[in-house]
Formats: sequence, structure tokens, C-alpha cells
Amino acid sequence: MRIALFATCIVDAMYPATARATVRILERLGHEVVFPAGQACCGQMHVNSGYLKEAVPVVANHVAAFDTADYDVAVAPSGSCVASVKHQHPMVARSCGDTALEARATAVGAKTYELSELLVDVLGVTDAGAQLGSYFPHRVTYHPSCHGMRLLRLGDRQSRLLRTVQGIDLADLPEADQCCGFGGTFSMKNADVSSAMLKDKAANVEATGAELCTGGDASCLMHIGGGLSRQGSSTTTLHLAEILASTMEEPASVTGEVRVSTGKALR
Amino acid sequence: MTTFLGMPALPAFGSGNLFAGESFPKAAHRELGNAQLRANLGHATHTIRDKRQAVVSELPDWEQLRDAGSAIKESVMARLPDLLEEFEKNFTARGGVIHWARDAREANEIVAGLVRETGETEVVKVKSMATQEIGLNEYLEEQGIQAFETDLAELIVQLDHDKPSHILVPAIHKNRTEIRDIFLREMPGADPALTNDPPVLAMAAREHLRRKFLTAKVAVSGANFALADSGTLAVVESEGNGRMCLTLPETLITVMGIEKLLPTWQDLEVFMQLLPRSSTGERMNPYTSLWTGVTEGDGPQNVHLVLLDNGRTAALADEMGRSALHCIRCSACMNVCPVYERTGGHAYGSTYPGPIGAILSPLLTGIQAEENNSLPYASSLCGACYDACPVKINIPDILVHLRSVDVDSKRGTRKVPSQMDVGMKAASWALSSGKHLGLLEKGLPLGRLAAGRDKKIKKLPGIAGGWTQSRDIPAPPAQSFRDWWAKEHKSAVPSQDNKETQQ
Repeated sequence: MRIALFATCIVDAMYPATARATVRILERLGHEVVFPAGQACCGQMHVNSGYLKEAVPVVANHVAAFDTADYDVAVAPSGSCVASVKHQHPMVARSCGDTALEARATAVGAKTYELSELLVDVLGVTDAGAQLGSYFPHRVTYHPSCHGMRLLRLGDRQSRLLRTVQGIDLADLPEADQCCGFGGTFSMKNADVSSAMLKDKAANVEATGAELCTGGDASCLMHIGGGLSRQGSSTTTLHLAEILASTMEEPASVTGEVRVSTGKALR
Repeated sequence: MTTFLGMPALPAFGSGNLFAGESFPKAAHRELGNAQLRANLGHATHTIRDKRQAVVSELPDWEQLRDAGSAIKESVMARLPDLLEEFEKNFTARGGVIHWARDAREANEIVAGLVRETGETEVVKVKSMATQEIGLNEYLEEQGIQAFETDLAELIVQLDHDKPSHILVPAIHKNRTEIRDIFLREMPGADPALTNDPPVLAMAAREHLRRKFLTAKVAVSGANFALADSGTLAVVESEGNGRMCLTLPETLITVMGIEKLLPTWQDLEVFMQLLPRSSTGERMNPYTSLWTGVTEGDGPQNVHLVLLDNGRTAALADEMGRSALHCIRCSACMNVCPVYERTGGHAYGSTYPGPIGAILSPLLTGIQAEENNSLPYASSLCGACYDACPVKINIPDILVHLRSVDVDSKRGTRKVPSQMDVGMKAASWALSSGKHLGLLEKGLPLGRLAAGRDKKIKKLPGIAGGWTQSRDIPAPPAQSFRDWWAKEHKSAVPSQDNKETQQ
């Protein structure tokens, strides 16, 4: 299968290791990955902040980058950005009266999958250890991000994949379904409430005794990780793509300052 | 003086207790500092949340019930004028009197006038959101009429000269010791030996209220539902105080928003399943009172209904926002909301707090009214409210819609654009082309430099400082994914529209 990677702007600029891990997983399954070079961002920040007019060119750019017959399905390592592509893009096109863009956006949305959704529903991955060689001998807890959970209804796809990683010690996160408080510009416009939500999420993460908290959205992980870091916690965050891509021969790369060093335990 | 030109007026916005007096972030900042409030709210919302979850998950057809509730409400909104006239005809035929109120002021004047006609100066009240919304108690007091709340929690709030902070559990922000103290301080004849034991407190309130029920000649209520095909009104409550108010006095005055209609008796079966499970987490509602006009020799002989618009027609005119009028005031959305859980209801200013308040208040008043434009931003858009809503109001989508109404209402009005305006415009340029974004990503090493030796960015200027108030930003990577990919696949990629950025 020919799979187009939508890296998402935050992963492209801040967490490239997550996108590289996504590529590795898909290639390991024997698929070809392409990266439409015109891509930039889903535009969710603009839409959710009320700047619909400014969102139009962002959405139009995404549709132009992915509106080709050059690939079978598109994938992004983010529930939130995929939900935006699927649900918000046609709405944005409608808001500016562009019916042609709406139709194209709807078609792109129908071909776009969140990573765990693609792995489980389309590529038939039921055992990450056996099928992907995933190996990650660490105590990990998992935060199911709101948009993956409620807009894409990912259910237990992500946690099922994590559970089948060899060597992993997956600890249940108390109050897992509670929002971490990120919410895009909400974290700045309502910084006090957002911080109060984050404080409770970070406390729940720490209570599990996990070395790191994983999830399917880099933005939420940056938020949780940023809070843990500020509190001086040794617990950190890592995208689930990197855990799935990690193998005994090629353990999760922890180069780059974005990552915590888990290298010691891995070697 | 105005001249009537025979043109229908544009939908009027609502007035009364629908406004945030200060911006949500400011009010939230204050409320977050109240540790007792946080503890009370955290405990109460989690208890109701768990109860609701238990009784909802035991129903195999819960999702179908939600669909039915949503569809019925949608059909009501689509033919509201016809249903209102049908209801008026049936209610009047059974001896009731209908009054139409455009806004809070008109509704208050009508109710005060009706009470005055009876010669009474005291009324007992059934818990009602509509009368909170119009500020009826305060208006009646100005007119020399005393209103006594008979719902236990409303009584607590009234005795404390406070405002409700939750639509179903108005005193959710108080714990039992605080309630005992209020009773001792404000309740005439309260036993000085009163303990903070809930049954003891309830009995004290019962004794206090019983005297009022037996002497009151006028009652004021709200209504949960109105059935158009029979002209019937319904009140759903838990304590029996409502039943007393609705049956004992001679005059009954009900104030109800025009959106509360249901087409037929049969539609009620859907809502009597949805409402108790969503609100109190009960399978069945304890006291359901229904009345149809006047029954000779039984119950109130003067039955009035004030049909209240107060911005509802304006909300109905908003294609994206109108489904907020489906709300049956169950409060499930606020009980699951992580923002409400931490700030409490007072932070929202309006009678309607929580997620539904954040959309309903600005829809009723217009986005530009006072500080109501800050309400649609009081959400992380986590979506828990939409999942909990028994009539499937897509609150997150309406929040986003109202944010765009707010942003658009300010376009071109500012002499100096806001930081957010400038940032969003710049981001729109950067994120609308792979070429632009790639170009900017060349600056990632600068971010690494700014992060310094500990590889964390700890302070940002302006609105971005909201992020760094409690969160670090990791040092960015040396190279974007885009750059890495381009280098890895140089020979394999024949043409790319962002070629320049990859050199």
C-alpha cells in the first residue's frame, strides 16, 4: 500500500522523531510511505480560535497537498489533526461558500486515518510485538487524548497496541479520560484554568510511578511534558509511534533535547 | 418616542441575569483561589458524574433515546410559532391565562401585576431557571413582594444572599457545615443545637417551609415541559416542595421559556427517561406534576403562564447555535466539564453556567453584550459535554462557531490589532504553504539557542506567556522532519513544490 504521511505541523517542527517512527512502522509492514511536500498544517488552531477566515488558506493548502490519486490512504500521528481534517475542513470550506473545496476536503478526509486506526482497522495489526517487533522495556502510562477518544472514537485501539509491545509495563492512568487542559489557545487565553487541569493530570501521571506518559497526540504530550518538566518531575512524555517503532535492535531513539534520555535503561 | 412602521422588529436580545460582569479568565482566576470551593465542587461533580454514568450505561437504548430527544427538539424549533399557538389555544380553553413577555422586564412586570391583583405580598416559589434568569425575586422585592424559595438548595442560597452556582444543585459550592452556619445565622427560629447532619438540616428546612406552604395564597413556578396538544404544563422535582406549591395556593403563576414546548403527550415519555438519568442520576423522577388549566374545586383556581422570549428568538435565528435551545436543563454537561469542575458556576456570571451557559448566554444576549464574548473561550473543547448531553447539543461546535462570531464582530473595529489577531494572521501565512513552513523551520536552531543549557524555554513574552506560566517548552530539534525527509529522499523525489526550502 502507498501511504501518504501527514506529519502535522507540531511533529514536523518540534517532534520529527515521531514522524520518523511512523515511517519506520509502516515500512516495516512492507508499505511505501510518501510525504506530500506541500503539506503544512490542518488549521485547527485557527478554527478553534475563531479565525475562520484565516483558516481557509490553511485548509485549502492541506486539501491541495493531499487531493491526489498518488496514494491509497493518508495517515497522521495525531487524533486531533485527523479529526480536524475529517470534521472541520468541510465546514471551513462551507463557511466561505466554496462547494468545490468542500467536496475535495470531504474526499481527503475520508482517506485520512489516525495512526492506530490505520494500524488496527486497515493494516490488521493486532500484536505489535509479533507484527512490528515492538519492544520497550519500561513502565509507561497512557493518556487517551480527547479528540481521538471523542471525535474519532478510537476506543481502545491505542492501548491495545501498547499492551502488545514486548517488555512494556503499562500502568493504568487514574482519571485517564479527563482532558489535560491543553485546548490549543485555551492554554493561553485561560491559562489559570488550563494550568489547574494540567496540575491534576500531572499528579495522576506521577501517581502511576511510570517513567513516561505516552499518547497519540504530540500537542497534548507537549503540554503534559511541559508541566511535568516545570514541576521538576523526572517523568516525561513520548509519542506512542516511537514506542511501537522501538525494537530490541533499534530501541527508541532518544537523541535530541525534545526527548528525555531513556537510553541508559534501553542499552 | 418611536413610530411603529408596521415592520416586525429584529429579534430582541435577552436581558436579566444573563451576563458575565467580568471576563471569564478574570473571574476564574478568583474562583480557582478558593480551595474550599474546589474541594466541594470536585467531590460533588464526581459523585453525580459516577451516578449518571451508572444509570445511563444500564440502558441498552440510551443512544436511541438521545437521538429521539434531539429529533423531537429539532422538530419543535422548526415549527415553534405553530406549536406555541396550538398550546395557547388548548391552555386557554382549559381556563388558563397566557401572557407573552418579550424580555425580562416585561415578564417581571406581568408577574408583579398578577401578584398585586391578588392583594398578597408573599409568594412561595418552585425552583425555576426562568425566574432566576429574569431576576424575578429581586424585582418583586423592589415592588414590596417577598418571594420564598422552597427548594432546599435554593432556600440555602437565598438565606445566604448568594447566587446559585449550578442549575440543578444551586448550593453545590457549599458543604454541610457551611449550610448549618447559614441556617443558624439566617433562619428564624433555628435550633441553636443544629448539627451538620444532612437529615437534621433537611428537617430544619422542612419545619421552616411547612408554615409557608400552608399560608401562601400565591405560588410562582417554572416549567420543564409544555405539551402543545393538550395545553399541559409539567414540573419535575425531587423534594415534593414543588407539588405543594403547585397544588395548595389559590393562584399559580408559571414563567416558562418558549422553547420548552413538546408537540404531544407521547413525546414526554422520551424526556422522562432522559432527564432524571442525566440530571440526578436517578432511574425515575420522584415528583412529576402535570396540570392542565383549572380544575374546579381542586388546586389553584387562577392559573397563569408567562411565555418568555428574552433572546430565544434571536438564538433561534442563529442557524449554527439554535440547537442550544434544545437544552432541558439537566446539568449533565456541567457535571462532566473539567472547566466547570474547577471554577464553579459563579465564574460564568450568568444564571446558566458550565458548557451550556457558555453558549446559551451569548446566544440569548448577543456576543457583544458585556463580557459574554469571553464565555465561548471557557472550554478546552474536550467534548465531554457533547457526549453527556441527553439531547445531543454539539456544544464544542457551537463554542467554536461563537468564537468566530466574536472574532468577526471585532474585525476592523480596533485601531491597533490584538496580539491574537497579529499572531493568527502570521500563522495563516506560515501554515498555508509547505514552502513557508519549511522556510520558518530553518530557524529552529535559533529556538535551541534560546532554550539555553538546560534545553528548556521557560519564559515567553505576551500572550504566549500564558503557556510558560506553568509549562516549559522543550528545545526544538536541530532539523525538521521535512528537512530530514528531503535529504533522505533527494534522488527519489522528482519534483516538489517546496524545493527551495529543502536545499
